[in-house]
Amino acid sequence: MRRDAGRAAVQLAAPVTLVAAAALLGATASRANEIHFINALVAVSMVVALYVFVGNSGVLSFGHISFVAVGAWAAGVLSVPEQEKPAFMPYLFDFLAETTVGNVGSLVAAAAVGGAFALVVGLPLMRLSGLAAGIATFAVLEITNNVLRYYEKVGPGLNTFSSVPETTDLAQAAVGALAVVVAAFAYQRSRFGRQLRATREDPAAARAVGVSIYRQRLGAFVLSGFLAGLAGGLYVHFLPINADSVYLDLTFITLAMLVIGGATSLWGAVVGALAVSALDSLLANAEAEGAVELLGRTLDVPAGTRIVVVSALMALVLVLRPGGLTGGREFSLASLGRLRPRPAREAAE
Amino acid sequence: MSGALASVLTDFLGDALDAQVQVDAIGLGAVFALMAVGIGLVFGVLRLVNFAYGQLVMAGGFALAFASDRGWPVAVGIVLCFAVVLVLSLAMDVVVFRPLRGQSPAVMLIATFAVAFLLQSIALLWFGPLGKTAASLADLNRPVSVGDVEIRKITIVAIVAAAICLGLLALLLNRTSIGLHMRAAAMDFQTARLVGVRANLVSAAAVLIAGVLAAVVAVILTVQFPTVTPTFALRETIIVLAGVVVGGMNRLLPATLGGFAIGYVSGILGGALPTAQSQYLPSFVFGLVILVLLVRPAGLFTRGRPTVERV
Repeated sequence: MRRDAGRAAVQLAAPVTLVAAAALLGATASRANEIHFINALVAVSMVVALYVFVGNSGVLSFGHISFVAVGAWAAGVLSVPEQEKPAFMPYLFDFLAETTVGNVGSLVAAAAVGGAFALVVGLPLMRLSGLAAGIATFAVLEITNNVLRYYEKVGPGLNTFSSVPETTDLAQAAVGALAVVVAAFAYQRSRFGRQLRATREDPAAARAVGVSIYRQRLGAFVLSGFLAGLAGGLYVHFLPINADSVYLDLTFITLAMLVIGGATSLWGAVVGALAVSALDSLLANAEAEGAVELLGRTLDVPAGTRIVVVSALMALVLVLRPGGLTGGREFSLASLGRLRPRPAREAAE
Repeated sequence: MSGALASVLTDFLGDALDAQVQVDAIGLGAVFALMAVGIGLVFGVLRLVNFAYGQLVMAGGFALAFASDRGWPVAVGIVLCFAVVLVLSLAMDVVVFRPLRGQSPAVMLIATFAVAFLLQSIALLWFGPLGKTAASLADLNRPVSVGDVEIRKITIVAIVAAAICLGLLALLLNRTSIGLHMRAAAMDFQTARLVGVRANLVSAAAVLIAGVLAAVVAVILTVQFPTVTPTFALRETIIVLAGVVVGGMNRLLPATLGGFAIGYVSGILGGALPTAQSQYLPSFVFGLVILVLLVRPAGLFTRGRPTVERV
C-alpha cells in the first residue's frame, strides 16, 4: 500500500515538475520568447483535457476542439468590455451584450459551457465506439464550427476576437495547466478512472464485473469537456483567435501531441505537448531569422518550413515508436534505468 | 404555423425533385463514390484509414496545373497527374504504411494525418496559399441542354468515369488472382499470408488502385474547380470519410454506396435549402451523419450483426 502511494506520488510529481520547469524557464526568457512558453502551457492544458477521455477510454475523439471552441467563445464574449462589443459583435443576444465578467468568472463560464456541451453531446454519442465514435465526434466539430462561424448572436462570427483582455500571462497559463494535470491525475486514480481504464483494456471483462461502459465513458467525456472548455478560456485570453483557430489544424496538432507523447498516460500527454511545442517554437524562431546554423553550415529556412519539419517528424516518431515517446507509460523511477520502455501494454496500474 | 411549415416543405421537396438538382447531385455522388472506393479499398486490405487520400488528389491537381502552366498538351498533363499520384501512393505505402502494419488504428490514422499535413505544407511552400490554375480541360464545363435541364459535360464525364472505374475494379477483384488475393487479405490478413498471399504485393496493389482512382478524381475535380490550392480536396475527403463510415467500412460495396449517398444528399440539400439556411449546409449533412450512426453504428448498407471493433 505504501509502495503504491510512493509510486503515485512520483507519477504525479513528474508531469507537475515538467510543467513547472517549463513555466520557470519561460520566466527567464526574453519577452519575445515568453509567448512560446505561454503557448506551450495552453497546449498542455488542451492535450491533457483530451487525454482524460481519449487516453483513459481508448476511444478516439476528434470533437474535443469543439469544447475548446465553445469555452473560448463563452470566455471571449463575456469578458470583452461592454462598450467595445458592438464593434465586432453587433448582433449578440441582449443578455450577452449586457453582461461582462472578470478574468476568473469568464474562465469558470468557459469550463461550465464546455462541460455542459460535452454532456449534451455525450448523452447520445457515448453509445458508439470505434470508427463510428470517431466520425460522430468529428461531425460534432464540423457542426460546432459551422454554427460558431455563422451564428452571430453568440459571438463574432467570422470576425476575430479582438479586445479580449489578455489575462493569460505565464503565471496564469502555468496555474491553468497545473490545475488540469492535477484534475486528470485525480480522475485516473479514482474508481471511475480505473473502471474506464478497465473497459479500455478489455471491454468484455470490464462489463462482466459490472462496469457500465456507457456511464464511465460519459463521465470522462464530461470532465474532459469541462477541462477543454477551461483551456479554451485560457486560449482566448492569450491570442486574438477566430473560428479557424479552433478547428481542423488545432484538432490535428493536439491529437498528434497526444499520440506522439504516448496516448495512454498522463506523462505522455504532458511530454508530447511540451516536446512538439518546443520543436515548433524553435523552428518558428529559425524561420523568423531566415537561416539556421547547423554543424557549422548556414541553412536557409524559408517561411513554411516549420510545418513541413514538424509533420515529417510526427510521421517519423510514429513509424519508429508507435507507442509514443513515453511508450504510453506513466513516469517511474525504475524506467530511468531502461532506455527503451517496453511497448505500451500497461496493466490498469 | 403548420401552413407555413407545409409550404416550406413543399418548396424544399419541389427544389429537391427538380431535375437539375438531381443531375448535379448524382454527379457529385459519382465523384465521392470514386474517392470512397479509394479509401475503402485501402482500409479493407490494410485496416488503415487513409486521411492523406485528399492530398493525393491535391498533388494530382497541382500536376495538372503545372502542365497547363507550361502550356503542355492536355494528354501530357493527365499522364503527369497519374504519374505523380501513383509515385506518391507507392512512397506512402513503403515509407509509412508498411512499417505501421499491425499497429492500432489510432496510431495509423494519426500517422496519415501527419502525412497529410506534410504534403499540404510542402504544397504551401512550393505553390503558395493562392495555388495555381489548371485551365486545360475547361471546355468540359460547358453545358449541354437536355430538355430544360442544363447538364455540364463534366457531370456526364464524372458519372461515366465512375461507372467504368467501378466496373473495371469489380472485374479485377472477382476475375483475377491478384483480386482474389486482395479479397482474401481483406477478410483475414494473417490467414491470407499463411496460405501464400504476399502481404507487400496486395498492400501495394490496393494502394496503387486507390492511387489510380485519386488521379481520376483529380482530373474531374480540377475541371469543376480549376483553382488548385494546398487545401484542394480536403473538404471532399472529410465528407467522403464520413460517408464511408456511415455506409459501412468493413465491406467495399457499402463503403462505396455510403460515399455516393453522402455526395448525393449534400447535392440535394445544397440545391434545395433556402438561401438563408444554405450556409448551415455542413451542419445539416453532419447532423444526418450523427443520426445515421446512432441508429446503425455498423453501417447503413451492411447486413447482419455489427462486428465489435476497438479503436
